[in-house]
Amino acid sequence: MSEKITVAEALVRCLEAEGIKKIFGYPGAAICPFYDKLVGSKIQHILVRHEANAGHAASGTARITGKPAVCVATSGPGATNLITAIATAYMDSIPVVIITGQVSSEQIGRDVFQEADITGAAQPFVKHSYLIKDANLVPEIVKKAFYIAGSGRPGPVLIDVPYDVQLQTIDFEYPESVELCSYKPKYEGNKLQIKRVAEAIKEAKKPLICAGGGLFSAKAGEIMRKIAETANIPVICTMMGISIIPTDHPLFMGMIGMHGRIAPNKAISECDLLILLGARVGDRAVTAIKNREDLKVIHIDIDPAEIGKNLPVSIPVVGDLRTVLTQLSEIIGTQENADWVKYLHELKNNDKRQNFISDESTNGVNPAVFIEKLNKLLPDECVISADVGQNQIWTANSIRLRGANSPSEENVSVGGRFITSGGMGTMGYSVPAAIGAKSARPEAEVIAICGDGSFQMQSMELATMVQHDINVKIIIMTNNRLGMVREVQTNNYENRLTAVFLDGSPDFIKLAEAYGIKGGYVNDEAEADTALENMLKSDKPYILQVKVDENERSIL
Amino acid sequence: MKHTISILVENNAGVLARISGLFARRGYNIHSLAVGVTDNEKISRITIVAEGSDYTLEQIEKQLNKLIDVIKVRSLSADKLLARELVLVKVACKPVQRTELIDIAEIMAAKISDVSPDSMTLELSGNQNVLTTFEELLSPYEIIEIVRTGTVALQKGSSGIRV
Repeated sequence: MSEKITVAEALVRCLEAEGIKKIFGYPGAAICPFYDKLVGSKIQHILVRHEANAGHAASGTARITGKPAVCVATSGPGATNLITAIATAYMDSIPVVIITGQVSSEQIGRDVFQEADITGAAQPFVKHSYLIKDANLVPEIVKKAFYIAGSGRPGPVLIDVPYDVQLQTIDFEYPESVELCSYKPKYEGNKLQIKRVAEAIKEAKKPLICAGGGLFSAKAGEIMRKIAETANIPVICTMMGISIIPTDHPLFMGMIGMHGRIAPNKAISECDLLILLGARVGDRAVTAIKNREDLKVIHIDIDPAEIGKNLPVSIPVVGDLRTVLTQLSEIIGTQENADWVKYLHELKNNDKRQNFISDESTNGVNPAVFIEKLNKLLPDECVISADVGQNQIWTANSIRLRGANSPSEENVSVGGRFITSGGMGTMGYSVPAAIGAKSARPEAEVIAICGDGSFQMQSMELATMVQHDINVKIIIMTNNRLGMVREVQTNNYENRLTAVFLDGSPDFIKLAEAYGIKGGYVNDEAEADTALENMLKSDKPYILQVKVDENERSIL
Repeated sequence: MKHTISILVENNAGVLARISGLFARRGYNIHSLAVGVTDNEKISRITIVAEGSDYTLEQIEKQLNKLIDVIKVRSLSADKLLARELVLVKVACKPVQRTELIDIAEIMAAKISDVSPDSMTLELSGNQNVLTTFEELLSPYEIIEIVRTGTVALQKGSSGIRV
């Protein structure tokens, strides 16, 4: 049965029908009709303090639930402020539905107040976008947007709704399903190809699984782990793949890449069969395999465009990872590979290198030692949201996430989960993403780890945490530097340091106090345990300001 | 190497911007582009001639396929290519020169589409080489303006690209 309601109300009803409980946004004139209809809806609106953070928060929620999450902004600057968040979600294949207000239809193209061509501007970063011209199509378009965002290779979908369209009355009925003749993602893998994969694994002496973020999207962690265990295949991961398998799993060797550890990088340069699962062979990740002509590569991904894009592939398989790996698990046999696993194990265990300069002259804490102290206190149910820069690498290499963190259909993120802006490397991601993660998984301990540079790109969100009672913990690694850039200047520019000094930064604990948030300082390792305990004991937002030496490295 | 690519798309607003944007940001060069509606008014057919290696062509096809509005992408093979362009040339022409231009038109099987006391407009469709020859033949005359479409193309034989 259809009924007559305005488009603004229809939008709210569509979101309710999609099971959306919380949305992140920032209102403005052009989106006011929509906000007006939020009154009385069960959907909770979380007011962020900058539109980009609405996008990041939605991204945090989407990573945890595995389903599209929603952010809202107004026309013009509200919409353009979202672009970085849209691009961040796009690069990491995160399903986000973005709703923006637009100036009235008859004013479009006249450069009126707060007009921006957001569908045009965001086009390189969206999976798809709609500028709504026909009010009657709204229910169908929203249904399509959710379907497109969440299916196939997930990604952001933008819906731009002109002011006058929001006020029009339509016959509302939310479609149960939609069909797009031009978009039909392929889920099942080609049986013949999968057979070839099984044979290649059987023949290999030194097989290796490289786990990427696509395994989270496909909820394929569990089945990947089973395959690795059955055939005794060591697992390494990209930054996006961290926590797809418990970090203490005997087959897990660590994160690859220019910032990764020895064992995984040796593994990738010495393996005879590389099985890429939902990894897009990013430039920072796989420098080590560029020149290996003898290497056999299996690449399984839902996006055919990723296969063969950055690396020649011997056996391509297009399909949904969970479906394909389930197909594979039915024909794969047990295997030894004992020497290979043992060899990598020894490499991993003997890798005593830490990032750090740690000697008497060291100022502050050794980041790895500090993260290890956090590991010891961390509950199994947690989300670690790392920002971008040295803090990200320190966390990625040292965090230990226990628990059965292999997402399934029912529960995408059980146990410890690591999230970060992997592809785009967007500073200021960790806190809003943590806000989104906490909103989706309130029972988990959610901790954002950032630097003093990145924190100052998101410190306004402390207000959001307080206002909406979102219990996120924040660890700020402070070295009064843009540490990663400083490191690049030290290594590549003869230590000519320029524009990396953060003098003028506030005392972050005092800043937090101004928001009514408690916190503590960690100036050396002796203070770390108590400070971390205090932080984890708190049932309110809490901030730790951790001192790190200014010369600390992130490249091993 | 030049490739001719046929794309069937949903006839939605902005679809051309999505496609040309994709070519621009991924660094694929477009030589020519032609768009027109098909026998199904909801579907348009785009013909793009692009330059690039086989790797580039493969990437173009895959990236185009990712666009939601794109229904089908086919690269047309060079040996079965039936490709046409259309050119309109307006030449300054006094009445005494008309016979010369009519001769050229006849030789090239071009049409005379418009005549005025001071000009003559000739129209020719054909493949790129024919059009280039035609333009060369007209080059001794004063060309007032010239307009040329992008290539439209299909494959010879009975098979076709349909939804």
